[in-house]
Amino acid sequence: MSGDADAVVAAVRAVADRIESERSHLTDLDSAIGDADHGGNMARGWAEAADAVADLDDPDAQTAVKTAGKTVLSEVGGAAGPLYGGSLVFASPELEGGITPETAVAFAETYLEKVKDRGDANVGDQTMVDALTPAVHTFKKSIETDDLPPLEALAKAVAAAEIGVQFTVPIRASKGRASYLGWRSVGHQDPGATSTLYIMEELLETAADQFDSEVPDVDATSPTIPDAEAAEN
Amino acid sequence: MVGLVVVSHSAKAAEGIVEVAAEMGGDTAIEAAGGDDGEIGTDADRISDGLAAADDGDGVVVLVDLGSAVMNAEVAIEMHDGQAIIADAPVLEGAVNAAVAATDPKASLDSVVEQAEAAADISKV
Repeated sequence: MSGDADAVVAAVRAVADRIESERSHLTDLDSAIGDADHGGNMARGWAEAADAVADLDDPDAQTAVKTAGKTVLSEVGGAAGPLYGGSLVFASPELEGGITPETAVAFAETYLEKVKDRGDANVGDQTMVDALTPAVHTFKKSIETDDLPPLEALAKAVAAAEIGVQFTVPIRASKGRASYLGWRSVGHQDPGATSTLYIMEELLETAADQFDSEVPDVDATSPTIPDAEAAEN
Repeated sequence: MVGLVVVSHSAKAAEGIVEVAAEMGGDTAIEAAGGDDGEIGTDADRISDGLAAADDGDGVVVLVDLGSAVMNAEVAIEMHDGQAIIADAPVLEGAVNAAVAATDPKASLDSVVEQAEAAADISKV
């Protein structure tokens, strides 16, 4: 098995464990504005996905991600199956050449596009798109423009997702089950944005383990190094 | 012959709609794909099975209820080895219209979708 695939297997297991430990919190968030099934469905689906990728015989990264996505798609059901699982399957070919900073950016962008397209959602609809969009934009810029080390870029992306999760609280839902509540959805943190943040935090932890390094301490809104240099010149 | 799949969050609702449509639809293949593992919800795998069962090569029109029904139907269609289209129609009235339209000897996938979607304009009172 390639090192990249090892990392994917470890990441899916870490996500499954995290979602399991946040199960009741996610369900509480969902019962305020939805149908109270997010925690249970996601925990079951990701646990199955962790087993499925661990059982693969010498996979590459693309196959491991695709398998995780297919399992989440069929085990989670509801809207979360297509959104979390279907989007992983759809974006997995971006990792054909293994996981590099460049393929990771392409994967993240394709994943975000698919989530937006499938859910017909944009920033400001009080959905997972509110967490994913700042994360993917920050990751892309950190890698492509600022040339940051991958782990630092991912840490900034996670910090950006956290801001996105907070942004879901004071806005009104216009997609998903919560949109049926109209103005009553204001003041509630979106469960999908929240679980998306947990997934990203576990990807960061796993990546740090792979690099045998600590999770970098970053601020999503801090100025980036090349920009600061450009300003001085 | 064009087939139909009825997707609802409720297995009972999907089966009931199939029952109503089948009475009008002669030999049309109509499959119910409702619920998610016995609970309220929709399930891409279940819809995939419905598509495979309803498709004799002439394609399938998919009727959906709310929210995730559309997403799971889209995923199932992407995985389906054949042609299938989601009708932008009320699920019960669309299913009845489509079931009747499919019995027309000249019916095509597009004509059945069109008839399903015409159900949106049905005035009831």
